[in-house]
Amino acid sequence: MSIDTTWTIPEVRAALDSRRVSARELVKDFYTRIEQRNAELNIFLALSHERAYAQADKIDAAIAAGDALPALAGVPVAIKDVISTHGIPTTCGSRILEGYRPPYDATAVELLERSGAIILGKTNCDEFAMGSSNENSAYGPVRNPVAPDHVPGGSSGGSAAAVAANLAVAALGTDTGGSIRQPGSFCGVPALNPSYGRVSRYGLIAYASSLDRVGPLTHTVHDAAMVMSVIAGRDTRDSTSASVPVPDYVGGLGKSLHGLRIGIPDDYFGEGIDPEVRKKVEAGIALLEKLGCRRVSIRMPNTEYAIAAYYIIATAEASSNLARYDGVRFGPRVPGATLIEMYQKTRGRGFGAEVKRRIVLGTYVLSAGYYDAYYLKGQKVRTLIARDFQEAFEKVDAIVGPTSPVPAFRLGERTANPLQMYLADIYTVTGSLAGVPGISVPTGKTAAGLPVGLQIYGPAFVEDRVLQIAHAFETAGGADL
Amino acid sequence: MKISREDVLKVAALANLELSDAEVDNFRGQLDDILTYVDKLNEVDTSGVEPLTQVVAACEGDTALREDVIVRSDIITEVLQGAPDPEAPYFRVPRVIEK
Repeated sequence: MSIDTTWTIPEVRAALDSRRVSARELVKDFYTRIEQRNAELNIFLALSHERAYAQADKIDAAIAAGDALPALAGVPVAIKDVISTHGIPTTCGSRILEGYRPPYDATAVELLERSGAIILGKTNCDEFAMGSSNENSAYGPVRNPVAPDHVPGGSSGGSAAAVAANLAVAALGTDTGGSIRQPGSFCGVPALNPSYGRVSRYGLIAYASSLDRVGPLTHTVHDAAMVMSVIAGRDTRDSTSASVPVPDYVGGLGKSLHGLRIGIPDDYFGEGIDPEVRKKVEAGIALLEKLGCRRVSIRMPNTEYAIAAYYIIATAEASSNLARYDGVRFGPRVPGATLIEMYQKTRGRGFGAEVKRRIVLGTYVLSAGYYDAYYLKGQKVRTLIARDFQEAFEKVDAIVGPTSPVPAFRLGERTANPLQMYLADIYTVTGSLAGVPGISVPTGKTAAGLPVGLQIYGPAFVEDRVLQIAHAFETAGGADL
Repeated sequence: MKISREDVLKVAALANLELSDAEVDNFRGQLDDILTYVDKLNEVDTSGVEPLTQVVAACEGDTALREDVIVRSDIITEVLQGAPDPEAPYFRVPRVIEK
């Protein structure tokens, strides 16, 4: 077993079933890999050895006893640091939560563990999931395992890099405006943002509550379907989680794509798209046609307003959600003569630049005199963007385009201008605002060897079709286009 | 100019956020760029359009309300362990009310 062996979920299961490896040995192997690579890549912020080995021993005992194993038995997974893990440091990539250990598990974490998965540790991310490059982490940026002088994308950069570097079999990320899909695209791994309401947000530390979602990053689309089968579904602890029946994600894979109509929005190939990205995405669409899909040209006319609407809504919600970090209940406190001064100093010291910028912007757009002009206007435009999707899905079964207009960029290359960084989220924020599921799957690499992502959107709660298309694409060699 | 230094300071005070002089200057320029960009939304005719606050359509049987049942969580000790200045079973803060 070599240190860079890629393990998929079925491969883990086969190895355990044949007794070729024990769960404990597998965990030990993954921790060895992490020890060897983490200093360079900065992917993990905390490791949960004790909990991981305890879970591994439980799986090994079940194997020895001949018990039936749950779906993800022995699968080593990584969890983004904005997702609560009982007793394991959870910082959200922020100084303001340094040393915080949640007193409970997020529902998604609980479900993974109940299905036999082994939590290796917590992955680095942009502070409070605010960023597209992972450079906003208070604990330093993650390096892209494919090209270490490049960013892994963000904000779930650590989760994408953990899978790409073979330091985890699967990872959980979170997506508010593209934070699962864009790092998946930059690191060359499948990355699914499920429908809003499909996976419980209980225990996900909130950034923008009407947009935040939890989803998987994996080596294969099949593995993403397996993880989704475990984490999807209604949770009474999250009142926005939906009771829409969960389809058989794994069973739906392998069905022919023949006759499926894929909508290609002209609006997703406008100015700003890198020519190499365009070429690879076009090649991806051609492959889907070869697999039996019918290409339909569509318009998503409100696309150009998505960034503006998104950054108003997301920052407004963030300014409210982040009010709870005040030096009273968790994290370090900076003393002050009065309560207010203590709040101000604690927050001034604890938050990084991007978080402060978004809190100020969000507070501004919600403040007296500006609410209607910004926040309400943004929400109305959100209605129109959601309508673009609804109308498109009357004509097509899926919408296909690029995940990001650019491949991974160099560390430090884009930090000076926040607005430029925001603009690159264009193809992902649309789906975030509409609440629909979207997956990024690798569609070849640029001449410099940087992965490119193809994004497939489906109607709300139809992740099964999104996975079916992505799986067929991957199986037909999409990653090597 | 969409936003002044004073605006930034006022908003930061509303958000209980201490900013350095350099941050105020930086944010003023950057927020000015962002707010100018966001003005794009004024090109969109939204008359008669309802705002979208929540994308999940209510499903049959879904409700945010549940029976009001007391559930013991028993996590006070654990919660206080993470607090910067605990005094069980409370969080201690600087004096709020004068004697």
